[in-house]
Amino acid sequence: MSVTTLSSSALAQRQPSWLARLFDYKPFLIVMCLAPAIGLLAVFLTYPLGLGIWLAFTDTTIGRSGVFVGFENFQYLLTDPLWWNAVFYSVVYTAIATFGKFALGFWLALLLNNHFPFKSLLRAIVLLPWIVPTVLSALAFWWIYDPQFSIISYLLVDVLHWRETNIDFLGSPWPARLSLIAANIWRGIPFVAISLLAGLQTISPSLYEAAMLDGASAWQRFRYITFPMMMPILAIVMTFSIIFTFTDFQLVYAITRGGPVNSTHLLATLAFQRGIAGGELGEGAAIAVSMIPFLVFATVFSYFGLARRKWQQGESNE
Amino acid sequence: MSDTVAQASAVARAAPDTMAWDSGLRRLMMIYLPLACFVIILLFPFYWMAITSFKPNAELMNFREHNPFWISSPTLTHVKHLLFDTAYPRWLWTTMLVAIGSTTLSLLASTLAAYAIERLRFRGSPYVGLGIYLAYLVPPSILFIPLATVVVQFGLFDSPMALILVYPTFLVPFCTWLLIGYFKSIPYELEECALVDGATRLQILRRITLPLAVPGLISAGIFSFTLSWNEFIYALAFIQSGANKTVPVAILTELVTGDVYQWGALMAGSLLGSLPVAIFYSLFVDYYVSSLTGAVKE
Repeated sequence: MSVTTLSSSALAQRQPSWLARLFDYKPFLIVMCLAPAIGLLAVFLTYPLGLGIWLAFTDTTIGRSGVFVGFENFQYLLTDPLWWNAVFYSVVYTAIATFGKFALGFWLALLLNNHFPFKSLLRAIVLLPWIVPTVLSALAFWWIYDPQFSIISYLLVDVLHWRETNIDFLGSPWPARLSLIAANIWRGIPFVAISLLAGLQTISPSLYEAAMLDGASAWQRFRYITFPMMMPILAIVMTFSIIFTFTDFQLVYAITRGGPVNSTHLLATLAFQRGIAGGELGEGAAIAVSMIPFLVFATVFSYFGLARRKWQQGESNE
Repeated sequence: MSDTVAQASAVARAAPDTMAWDSGLRRLMMIYLPLACFVIILLFPFYWMAITSFKPNAELMNFREHNPFWISSPTLTHVKHLLFDTAYPRWLWTTMLVAIGSTTLSLLASTLAAYAIERLRFRGSPYVGLGIYLAYLVPPSILFIPLATVVVQFGLFDSPMALILVYPTFLVPFCTWLLIGYFKSIPYELEECALVDGATRLQILRRITLPLAVPGLISAGIFSFTLSWNEFIYALAFIQSGANKTVPVAILTELVTGDVYQWGALMAGSLLGSLPVAIFYSLFVDYYVSSLTGAVKE
């Protein structure tokens, strides 16, 4: 092995071709290495992002390039009750689902942080809802929420006799909204739990020992050690979670497509309905762009609101 | 008050009798019971999916005479319908092609990028890294409308090639970030030795850094594969013809027809569509967990 590397490198030193020298020239190498990634991202991410903002100010439709119309699209959206409805539901959806995911996910992480047999198997099973394609598990939820043959209704009506009639999960606005949120929480728990579990495992046990010697109760240990120590990782996971919950599309599109009577439209599904299905690219782009302020606000809020406590981990503020 | 309670509980903790109770019943109530609930709730939709796929229609629509939680006479009708009466095999093939293509492309691009950012170290390399990371925070829901026009401009509309080229927008940032972390963990001395021996930069990357980063490459690869298998909104917006659709889109748009839903076939399709990632997942569980947590911790 060492002989071959030696001989080949000796060869390279004797007669370095201009190509070999070019590839050893650092600035050239840096450009070559970064080119594919930066190129892909520039063409398919940065350019469309700019184009999307431009489209939002035009009246482009599918098959016809539009002209600049200023804020007309946004002015129209502000008078559109459906857009306000989507904003309202997006905020409600994100707020309740994020709260649910983090409450239950944190709980699950704390449970998984204990020692018990088959721990790694259990951890693997828990992550399944996150691995499986969302649309496919959403279909399973659609079937679980069926008005006639819902298994939940069957349990409540025929087995437990708690109710007289089947639950109409997706037939009227609020039940439909809450059913979608439940499905989103179900899908989000594993990611939160496994990420937070990784954070929990970095907390030094000596902190708990010291607290126990001082007579701290389980709640006090959670409140004054676990929670503050978890703040930095909570901030990152929550930022991600909020961004991807607010812009969620798949669950709603698969289960209700915005119905009943447009009550469960998120901004993303409304943008799809107007932009792609309806062909009004300009208006769809305006709806998509209208998500950006919310996202920036949510990111700044969750990241800086939580992450400033980094010093508590004994690290310097970055 | 709370002080005395805390002291009392500390005393109680020290007593051996209560310790036994503590580790027995208390553990059952506080850990195993909630854990069991979590596992049941998290797995139930899959159980329901699986059991529906093999139930004959008569049982599916009749909870009074058949226990819905079990199958009395399992059938393969739905699976057979799916495989022979629909384009399902074709959809599976397209999805596989797209997932493998975009994973290869993203791995290639992000390995080179991560190597340049972490090891070639130039002025501004942290900012390039941050820029790529920020790209991950741009959600597809904002991009799909302008991207659709870009795809049309390139003449790629309705072609799986469009998906192969577009998926790296969310795969590259993730993989690059993951691989930067991996490259960081490889001692720089190894590369210095090779440099002293007269190896070129590309030789170092190929012979020293990459072999040591294999676990990272596997993590990034399986993650990319899963993410592209699961992707929905781009595949929905860019693909029109039934034959070129990916599994998640095709099940929703081609199998959901009319007012009476074919729940058996739908669930069989969902089960079969989830199976490849589930198998993949079961083979590489540890890589998944480490890449998920590694990416978050970075």
